[in-house]
Amino acid sequence: MTTTLAPPPDPAVPARRRAHTRVGSRATPARAVPLLPAVGLLLVFLAGPIVWAVAGSLTDRALTGVSAAKPEFVGLDNFTRLFADPVLPLSVLLTVVFVVGSAIIGQNVLGMLLAVLFRAGSRVVAGTVGVIVVTAWVLPEIVAAFVSYAFLSADGTLNGVLSLVGIQGPNWLYSLPLLAIILANTWRGTAFSMMIYRAALDDVPPEVTESAMIDGAGTWKRLRFITLPMISGTIFTNLLLTTLQTLSVFTLIWVMTKGGPGDLSSTLPVFAYSQAFSFGDIGYGNAIAIVMLALGAVFSLAYVVSLRRRGGVG
Amino acid sequence: MRIRTAITSIAAAAAAVLVLGGCSADPGGSEGDTVTVVYVKTNAFTAMDTLMKTAKKEFEASHDGITVDLEPITASDDDYKTRLQLSLASPDTAPDVFYEDSFSVRSDIEAGYLLDLDDKVGAWKDWEQFDENARTAGEGADGKVYALPLGTDTRVIWYNKDVLSKAGIALPWQPESWDDILAAAAQIKKSQPDAVPFNMYAGTGTGEGTVMQSFYELLYGTGDGTGLYDDESGKWVVGSQGFVDSLTFLQTLYDEGYAVSPDKALDPNVWQSVFGDMFPKATLGATVEGSYTPSFWAEGGDFAWPEYADKMGVALFPTQDGQEPGGVSMSGGWTLAASAQTDVPDLAFEFMTTVVNKKNALWYAVNNSQIAVRKDVAADPEYLEANPFVKAVTDAVSVTHFRPANSDYPQISVAAQEATEAVITGQQSPAEAAAAYDDAVRKIAGDDGVVTG
Repeated sequence: MTTTLAPPPDPAVPARRRAHTRVGSRATPARAVPLLPAVGLLLVFLAGPIVWAVAGSLTDRALTGVSAAKPEFVGLDNFTRLFADPVLPLSVLLTVVFVVGSAIIGQNVLGMLLAVLFRAGSRVVAGTVGVIVVTAWVLPEIVAAFVSYAFLSADGTLNGVLSLVGIQGPNWLYSLPLLAIILANTWRGTAFSMMIYRAALDDVPPEVTESAMIDGAGTWKRLRFITLPMISGTIFTNLLLTTLQTLSVFTLIWVMTKGGPGDLSSTLPVFAYSQAFSFGDIGYGNAIAIVMLALGAVFSLAYVVSLRRRGGVG
Repeated sequence: MRIRTAITSIAAAAAAVLVLGGCSADPGGSEGDTVTVVYVKTNAFTAMDTLMKTAKKEFEASHDGITVDLEPITASDDDYKTRLQLSLASPDTAPDVFYEDSFSVRSDIEAGYLLDLDDKVGAWKDWEQFDENARTAGEGADGKVYALPLGTDTRVIWYNKDVLSKAGIALPWQPESWDDILAAAAQIKKSQPDAVPFNMYAGTGTGEGTVMQSFYELLYGTGDGTGLYDDESGKWVVGSQGFVDSLTFLQTLYDEGYAVSPDKALDPNVWQSVFGDMFPKATLGATVEGSYTPSFWAEGGDFAWPEYADKMGVALFPTQDGQEPGGVSMSGGWTLAASAQTDVPDLAFEFMTTVVNKKNALWYAVNNSQIAVRKDVAADPEYLEANPFVKAVTDAVSVTHFRPANSDYPQISVAAQEATEAVITGQQSPAEAAAAYDDAVRKIAGDDGVVTG
């Protein structure tokens, strides 16, 4: 009978797990080969169109007319014209308000609310409401757009319901176009946030919330100081995803208001489309698309930096 | 882990949907025995579809082994134009024959999209039946023929006889000046406060309809009728008093409540309300609309109204003070063209001649309420008796104007629409809106592209 025992792990010696990580983090050419197809796809489908857009924005390419047959290089003319265009700052402002209103505030808050309530409510209710909410998200965008148009137009459902209680509703699509599209987009995209938060909330260990309850923390305090900080990584990821999705929303706005009245709901995608395709000025539309790209990059950078500060994805 | 799984699976599902959605089977590429034809087909406009199907049968019967591939597109005119231009840019997607707005002909010729038909029409005996004036719709700047006209249209005042006679206005009504219109509108308003006396489209909602069916009838009736563009100098007109006067008239119409409410005017679908609702129910006195209107009310039309022939009347839109030529109208019209990239140019042309042969052209003119461009069709009793308004709308051709088919035009048009929108919503006065329009034109056409009117 031996009395030799395995020596206790020496903290100075790196544990097995870390040895794996160290080996795995060496980037050799051989290890990079399996990545090539993915990188190739990214280059073709992501970088390619961006390069094309940049190149296109430096020409006067059009859908018809002489510039369709022989597009010419015009340097930064499109950008000079764009930055002198009074519609651009309006469009950027509308886009920011639209994104903040429907994604950052609307979908996130509503999604979180639904996720929290589902945990507290009955299964049947949760199931039914869940199906309804997800259906809105799963509908093709054009169908969702028509539904929103029918709901919010001057003689639509919302005004019909309001008139039942004696309120004469305004013509939402004409008087309050930005609010109308924010409402429509919030309705449409909440399911995504709701599902993400439901999954995230399931991850919060019940012991922590229970001990907080024992310590006397009310529901709101528990939510604010325990639950939310624990899923903060998910919140940021969700914010990033919904922001980028919302930045590119086009069909919904186009069908509901066509960017109108005038330019009052022309977010950047709508502005780019009407310039590129309604007027046929592809070069100019490309310039607007580059601005949209820059805006998206700004949002993404903000999130990634905040995420890093908070210590990585949850 | 669960969050990662959730996000990963969502992302994977989204990617799969995108990839599968993008994998659409597109045989593309035309062979030497197929003629692809592209045109518009919507719920409200099925005449072209029926015409094409008839022509397809005729053509396939007389040309053994040749197939005609009909590809209708369901879209608004604006979206159709965009889609067509995109497809014409590449030989793989360019249709052989297509329905083309006469308005796009010039710029599409410059873009190299249209096939030169000059020699072909020279050898075609039916060509001499086409009215000389109408032929210009398909001609390029070089005077050569690139498209065959299908028909044309004019714009006139349509009025509901019941509404007007109730207000004590003598029928048939023919206003001689803008003041006559305002006076009649006031009379209608007094006798029927719930009806809309005299509507005219305005704003960017109804797009080109605003300018073609409303603003230009005013603008081209002022001064000497030069309108937007001075043909002689090749420059856009700015600073014209006529522009301000036209805006003032629109402002009066809307401020006095003679037209629909501004927010209704800005709804792109307001014309459906006009045809389908307000005229049949006698809640609208008059409006300015196209000669194609009967196609909506006729049997089989989108807003079928059997009594329209008895209840409605037409009048020419007057010039501002009744000056020569006494009336104003605007014309558009569509054509048939062939792609410069087609690999079956002779077959394409032959198909086009089938579509516009006398029998088919007559059917189309009658069923789509078109103004005939063929002399033999225009003289045919079936055409003349198609609806009671044929003569009146055809007479308007003598005072009609065409839009400048210049590549700057679409943006100038929007600038004009925006000016009308600003005055009916009260955002700007007519003088301010006109000044804003002038600035916009200078930006679009450059300082040396304008002339003061």
